Amino acid sequence: MLQGTLDLLILRTLIFGAQHGQGIARAIQQTSDEELLVEHGALYPALQRLEERGWISAKWGTSTNNRKARFYTLTSAGRKQLVKETSKWNRLTAAIGRILESEEG
Amino acid sequence: MFRRARKASDFGAEIAAHIELETERLKEQGLCDEAARTEARRRFGNVTRVQERFYESSRWPGWDHFGQDLRYAARMLRKSPGFAAIAVLTIALGIGATTAIFSVVDATLLHPLPYPHPEQLVNVVDDLPGVGAQDVGMSVPEWRDFQRSGIFEYVTPAGGGDVNLTGSSQPTRILFAAVAPNYFAMLGAEPKLGRSFNPEDTTPGFTLEVLISDRLWRGSFASDPHILGKNIRLDNDLYQIIGVMPASFRDPGQTSAQRSTELWAGTGFAGPPAPEPLRASHFLAPIYARIKPGLTIKEAQSRLDAMVAALQKEYPQDYPLQSAWRVRLVPLKQTVVGDVRESLILLLGAVGLVLLIGCVNVANLLLARASARGREMAIRQALGAERRRLAWQLLTEGLLLSLVGGIVGLAMLFCAKGLLLQIVPDSLPRLNEVTINMPVLLFAFGATVIAGAIFGLVPALHAGRGNLTYMLKQEGRGSSASGEQARTRRALVVTEFALSLVLMIAAGLLLRSFADLLNAQLGYDPRNVMAVRTWLPIPNDPATDIYRTPPQQAPFLREVLRRGRTLPGVEEIAVGDLAALPLGHGRGDLNSFPFIVEGHETSNNEAPLVDASIVTPGYFHLLGMTLLRGRLFGEADDENAPGVAVINEAFARAHWPNENPVGQHIKLPTPGNRSPREWITVVGVIADARTETLADSSAPQLYLSLYQRTAKDWAVFLRGRLDAVTIPAQLRQQVQSVNPELPVFGAQTLDDVLSASLSQRRFSMEIVGLFALTALLLAGMGIYGVISYIVSERTHEIGIRLALGAQSPTIFRMVLRQGLGLALAGAAFGLVGALIVAHLMAGVLYGVRPTDPVTFVGVALLLIGVALLACYIPARRAIRVDPLVALRYE
Repeated sequence: MLQGTLDLLILRTLIFGAQHGQGIARAIQQTSDEELLVEHGALYPALQRLEERGWISAKWGTSTNNRKARFYTLTSAGRKQLVKETSKWNRLTAAIGRILESEEG
Repeated sequence: MFRRARKASDFGAEIAAHIELETERLKEQGLCDEAARTEARRRFGNVTRVQERFYESSRWPGWDHFGQDLRYAARMLRKSPGFAAIAVLTIALGIGATTAIFSVVDATLLHPLPYPHPEQLVNVVDDLPGVGAQDVGMSVPEWRDFQRSGIFEYVTPAGGGDVNLTGSSQPTRILFAAVAPNYFAMLGAEPKLGRSFNPEDTTPGFTLEVLISDRLWRGSFASDPHILGKNIRLDNDLYQIIGVMPASFRDPGQTSAQRSTELWAGTGFAGPPAPEPLRASHFLAPIYARIKPGLTIKEAQSRLDAMVAALQKEYPQDYPLQSAWRVRLVPLKQTVVGDVRESLILLLGAVGLVLLIGCVNVANLLLARASARGREMAIRQALGAERRRLAWQLLTEGLLLSLVGGIVGLAMLFCAKGLLLQIVPDSLPRLNEVTINMPVLLFAFGATVIAGAIFGLVPALHAGRGNLTYMLKQEGRGSSASGEQARTRRALVVTEFALSLVLMIAAGLLLRSFADLLNAQLGYDPRNVMAVRTWLPIPNDPATDIYRTPPQQAPFLREVLRRGRTLPGVEEIAVGDLAALPLGHGRGDLNSFPFIVEGHETSNNEAPLVDASIVTPGYFHLLGMTLLRGRLFGEADDENAPGVAVINEAFARAHWPNENPVGQHIKLPTPGNRSPREWITVVGVIADARTETLADSSAPQLYLSLYQRTAKDWAVFLRGRLDAVTIPAQLRQQVQSVNPELPVFGAQTLDDVLSASLSQRRFSMEIVGLFALTALLLAGMGIYGVISYIVSERTHEIGIRLALGAQSPTIFRMVLRQGLGLALAGAAFGLVGALIVAHLMAGVLYGVRPTDPVTFVGVALLLIGVALLACYIPARRAIRVDPLVALRYE
């Protein structure tokens, strides 16, 4: 996975509300139609990093099936970052797409 | 913000929660419990790796490592207490001694002046280089000119001496300073009780107001809180106490005696008893001044030079061009510190070298341990430890050692502080203020860290350099792989030898200087001689002085001599002024007189100066001085006879190089009286003697008769089988039975005076010698360690050699040769270093050249001898190697 892509996916996933790590992993997997297989372990250092940067905040809570889990929420700084990252990603994919098309054509 | 705010356990709990949730989800999808758990774990990946990444992302992994290293180092040191004790002790001694010397340097060299803005304080010194005279003193008109010049905030003459104090609990002899009324304003010092002088006071003569020291206030006035306004008598004159200075105040004098001045009397140096304020009457000295704020000493000096040039033009008759009048500004710090500076820097350098040698030794020990621990290091490396991490761990061990050593060293210093102050000579300025304060502690800490870094770095740099496979294979020994380590150890021993050679040569040169001084031909015999002092008062009104003229003084003098001669054990007796006390009159005394030689008449301002002593006829014989030409004073040269003088050879050489000095005439202006007296005839020449300093016998000296000239500061000289305990009291009784008002004090043997004049040199020599011996011992231990190590390392090889038929002496020589090689290399480097150091030391040497071949060769041989001795034991061990055992060894 591209550097920084995981961060973007996490932020994007959290836009729908608070979620714990396992939930985020599952969501990424499901939303991408099982295309993106995230090694769950890699998720946690990324979450830790985002939390340190202040883009997400975390709190221990109880999951739907009554288990303790650490829930992450997007902060306003995180929301701004998401917008920035998304547009950057779009520009990047568009650019890559153009290059690929021109080669094919 | 606080990245470390989250604990690893919290992170771990989150991971556990994740796996639980995932397991549950998988179970919902139909997997059995076991399979779900395994699948959840598989999907998560490497839990430990994730935890490590969390750990590494925390802010201070280095800090954590440091803590681990520290705990590990402490454990290692506890496990080898012998090694730890030796290393800690070496460092403790080094740090303790270095800090001790630094505390003295800090108090004396770095903070010599306890006054505000000390950088503005200077001594103003009048020189007449044209007539070869320095520090001739200033005249009152010059003082006034300088005061008005705009260069100085204050210009303050001060003079001093001792005086009879009555009106306190006990009549005492105290040190006092006669100072201009702006003295305390100039220093920026305030009394703790009362007030200081009014700086604008222009009362003629003495202001009759005095300030006293805290010590005098406590000692003689029982800390009387109502002391202000109290009347006291000084040399029978009445004064009033207006203030008490705080205990922390020190007079900025040059000698330790002056620095413990106990009373300050204000005077404008004008009006009786001061001499007429003539431009040519240079009687004010020393002169202190505070430069105007914003001016540097250099700027002040150049403005002063311009002013001096202008004054010379304005008063050509007072400042003849030949005398080349100059006025110098000397930073007060410099005059206070004086010649102590050189010795102290020498000591600090010496103690620094000892510390360095100690470090090298500990580095050597650590390196030996590191190589013994080579296997441990190799295993840790094989398990994935980074080299950097191993190096840090060894460095941490070094730092821990040095920190413990530093603390022990400081503790030893605290305990031994009293002892330290005892061996330091009194002549050090501000000695009583030597304390272990913040800067000293910081210095100790800095020295500790640097020392730790020095000896910790050596093994650290070698950590993990070896060949892993080889080291691991080496059964338990795991060391010899590192030829580089062995090279480093040899280099360290060579360094040690070089450093100790430098110290030993410094000590050797000092020792030879000292021995030369002790054996110097004094030119007089100090044995069995005692000097006891008395003081004839100088009342402010000369008319009341009962000993004002030689005829008034002579009967009293004869009576003292007659009565003194009757005391038990006294074989000879003589009286002189303080200047006649060999080596005992200090530098600060103004016993230089201008004089005029018949046939080379000059005005007073151009007159050459000479140190003059005033003595009775018996003085020369009593001290065993040798008459070379003419005759000595006789009883006939009394107050009614024509003036006579005896000179020394140096004086004769200087003024009558090609003539017979006997029969020549000179004139001396009487102090305080400008018109010269009648011609005095030189009647005899005595051999040069070391009366001024031990190091110099060639100072011109002039002796005048006490029957023909008055003196106030008397020293009574007694020779014979004297009882040093009872004689002072017996003499006091005799003197006071003639005049009960006179104090009799300061009894000492000439041997004591001589020994005191050497105290500072003795101190430097003893301390540097002690350091040098320590260094020698450390170097010997160092070479012993390395050679033993080499021998044990080569046991196998030696065994083979012996088995193949090598003879014991061959092996013995082989081992010694290795040690000798190291010692020679060290000696070669050391000699180069010593040459440099010896040249820097030239100022403190006497009688030996800085390149003295005897010292250099002798010390080098001594060092090589010690090296051979240190190698002897391992060499013996080498030839006792049993080939069978050695060969089976591996």
